[in-house]
Amino acid sequence: MWKFIVRRLLITMPQVVLLSILVFIMAQLMPGDALSGLIDPNIDPSAIEEQREKLGLNDPWYVQYKDWVTSAIQGDLGQSFRFKMPVSELIGQRLVNTFWLSLATLIITYLIAIPLGITSGRYNDTLRDQLINGYTYIGFATPLFIFALVMLWAFGYGLGWFPTGGSVDPGLEPGSFAYIMSKVNHILLPAISMALITTVNTVQYLRSEIIDTKQKDFVITARAKGASESRVYRRHIFRNSLLPIAAYFGFEITGLIGGTVFIETIFSYPGMGLLFMESVLQRDYSVVTSVVLLFGIASILGALLSDIILSLVDPRIRIK
Amino acid sequence: MALLEVNDLKVHFPIRGGILNRKIGAIKAVDGVSFSIERGKTYGLVGESGSGKTTTGKAIIGLNHITSGTVKFDGVDLAGFTSKKSDIRKDIQMIFQDPYSSLNGRKRVLDIVAEPLRNFENLTKTEEKKRVQELLEQVGLSPESIIKYPHQFSGGQRQRIGIARAIALKPKLIIADEPVSALDVSVQAQVLNFMQDIQKDLNLTYLFISHDLGIVKHMCDEIGIMYKGRYVESGTKADIFNHPQHIYTKRLVAAIPDINPVNRQQQKVYREEVEKEYQQNYNDYFDQEGLAYTLRHISDSHLVALPQKG
Amino acid sequence: MSNNILEIKNLKTSFRINDDYYAAVDDVSLSVNKNETLAIVGESGSGKSALAFSIMGLHTKAKIDGSIQFKGEDIVHIAAGKLNKLRGNDMAMIFQDPLTALNPLMTVEDQIGEALLLHNRQLSKTKRKERVIHLLNQVGIPRPEYTCEQYPHQLSGGMRQRVMIAIAIANKPELLIADEPTTALDVTIQAQILGLMNDLKEQMNTGVILITHDLGVVAEMADRVAVMYAGQIVEIADVYTLFQKPLHPYTRSLLNSIPAEDSVHDKLHVIQGIVPSLQNLPREGCRFKARIPWISEDAHEENPELHEVTPGHFVRCTCYQQFYFPEEKVEEESSHGTS
Repeated sequence: MWKFIVRRLLITMPQVVLLSILVFIMAQLMPGDALSGLIDPNIDPSAIEEQREKLGLNDPWYVQYKDWVTSAIQGDLGQSFRFKMPVSELIGQRLVNTFWLSLATLIITYLIAIPLGITSGRYNDTLRDQLINGYTYIGFATPLFIFALVMLWAFGYGLGWFPTGGSVDPGLEPGSFAYIMSKVNHILLPAISMALITTVNTVQYLRSEIIDTKQKDFVITARAKGASESRVYRRHIFRNSLLPIAAYFGFEITGLIGGTVFIETIFSYPGMGLLFMESVLQRDYSVVTSVVLLFGIASILGALLSDIILSLVDPRIRIK
Repeated sequence: MALLEVNDLKVHFPIRGGILNRKIGAIKAVDGVSFSIERGKTYGLVGESGSGKTTTGKAIIGLNHITSGTVKFDGVDLAGFTSKKSDIRKDIQMIFQDPYSSLNGRKRVLDIVAEPLRNFENLTKTEEKKRVQELLEQVGLSPESIIKYPHQFSGGQRQRIGIARAIALKPKLIIADEPVSALDVSVQAQVLNFMQDIQKDLNLTYLFISHDLGIVKHMCDEIGIMYKGRYVESGTKADIFNHPQHIYTKRLVAAIPDINPVNRQQQKVYREEVEKEYQQNYNDYFDQEGLAYTLRHISDSHLVALPQKG
Repeated sequence: MSNNILEIKNLKTSFRINDDYYAAVDDVSLSVNKNETLAIVGESGSGKSALAFSIMGLHTKAKIDGSIQFKGEDIVHIAAGKLNKLRGNDMAMIFQDPLTALNPLMTVEDQIGEALLLHNRQLSKTKRKERVIHLLNQVGIPRPEYTCEQYPHQLSGGMRQRVMIAIAIANKPELLIADEPTTALDVTIQAQILGLMNDLKEQMNTGVILITHDLGVVAEMADRVAVMYAGQIVEIADVYTLFQKPLHPYTRSLLNSIPAEDSVHDKLHVIQGIVPSLQNLPREGCRFKARIPWISEDAHEENPELHEVTPGHFVRCTCYQQFYFPEEKVEEESSHGTS
């Protein structure tokens, strides 16, 4: 199994390299360069050219790529011209916020998906199942950004149960109980909004896994052993159906990335997604490329994680 | 001259492993198999799962890559041919085990049976339809069947559709891989009878691959017994069933259930004797790797894999 | 005390297809004694597996009428909890494909251990492991301690079926139902598994219902044989009588359609027509009538019943009295012609 994981890691390497090349090309294709926004139009063009030469902007692309990668590995992702601070520092703050939001979303996603999926799969084609199915169809059909807006309007502005922006109330001492509670309070509404929509995939997936597993021969064996119906479900059907769900976990992360862009923008939550939207609108290219690179790496790692989880929980892969 | 001559056929599959997934060894699925089939005869290839009998069949028809050895069909070596469209390939056809999965469920019978015709012959739509109808009549299905789909037929009828497809190009050799294993007893009889009938009518030669010795005995003139990619014994039906020499063959023959309940006790005793001999003398019959030795003639027709004496 | 452990009377198991019920098992009565193997033979669609599932109460969506008495107690209308106390304990079942019948995510020890645990909550973990190893020994698995830790995919087909048997015999059942236990196995493995089943039956005094389509397996294993066609038993007799003096046209046709010792290169007998599907089963008159059209209409009974021809030998319908194979007729006529 260790061989499998190492091999899987090795496959990941070229993926990351390819991703970085794509991101680099994308950055090159964008109009202007690192100096465009910084420069006073009155400066003498020859001086600008001199500056360009000095910064290496006239080097062939592979030299520039090499420089870019080398500094990126050292943690230098360039300067944000809008915030006038290093991109790495800027992202650092936002990354933590997005991490907590994503984690909360994942937890709520599974809190909803597992009981609903299990109920729906176990009692398929009953009223309960039809109700749950109805919910999932609505979830599939509703665009996340519209749903999030409705949630914000209803629970944020209308009922006033949740804050409508930011990640923490200002003026609280970091680390204090009130600070943490304020953080949680800010995360809750965006996380619930996102989870309610994204969970429908997992509900449906789990439902069909259970319906599938129910018809497996080993379930009949379990009944023939004298296991009660609840034990049959607990020990045999759920365990075997949750396995692919566990493996799906890594891909959930990929899905979350897309979601956070909308959610953070709508809830003005200062995370990576919001940073990305703002930077695109402000043409803060060094930030955009860095965020895209990080999102890309997160997706690749998500897929990697899925494969590793599957290899750990499924004995058919774990033990050849 | 024999229609099919297989000489020292080897089919090895690479085993990949290590971090870089490089070839670290080979599974010797077929490891030096030789036999020949005379025109119009039925040759039985027998073995248990994993013995390499199906791999041999697939290698002959070109579905598996031949590692080394020659397969001569009508005097021409097939190992060198790569194109599936060559004329020789159309003289060899295959019938598969499972009539439920070997036919494409989304195609009409017309398209299924006409597929080989379309690959090898340029027929107009009406000619094609006429040929398919003739073929279906030949296998005992009504000509109206052409517009139906496989799921509208029973297992035996589906196997007939498979046979109609196989004989569409008037092949000389048919490789039948467990053709009746998935069928009920009475349907089995139907298909076996029918295979014998068309063998006479079309002068077909069969390579009959099966694990069922009862059926092999009924169908075949000559038989080869395979174990772990090698031959352990080959000979005529009488050689194999009446005078089995290799312990593996004996054990296989002894394992066939006797259809007469009166012989039950006798059969049990015989089986225990053979099993004892198998356990005690295993090392006399197989080399250190547990593989069979090279075949040696013990009569003109009968070959057994026994170690060199002395 | 009576030897009888299972008594089925007028069992009818029906499935719902498009709002109508169709009986897959139609008025079946039979009994099984201790230390007896009753083989149930038939082709696909005969209802033999549906019958086995009915006995074990494994149908989830079927309507069951009639009575199944297990050790004198009716188990058709039994409460789920009570049935679970019987299943895996007093009666157990082995299935056709041991790969799919075993849980891929559980070790051999856990799967056999579950059968033990379910019927003996007090059994400690160490005691349980001892019992599992003992059972694996009993079913002839060479290195039980090692096999315990393995998952089904690591075992060969024969080993898997041995594990299935270990699960089934874990609590020394009085009735063992084996549904095509060797169909998925190689012939040498089949011989071993059948031998094992016979030995265990003798040791534990178990009544066995062996469901199979393979007449060779029947000839080797059975004490009594019931032949099923279209949901009904058409003939039932002790194994020697059935093979030497088969009466029902279906039994005789089946026996003639397998390649046997002396019939080499003769034509095999082919039963005309096809096995009707559940919805198209003939429900009136002799169900086999359509497959032997050369037999005159009056040979059949209007409502075919099982007739006891000799003690213990029952045949359904009267058509057997006038039955002959079409081939025989031709031979007879030609021999008349020459003489």
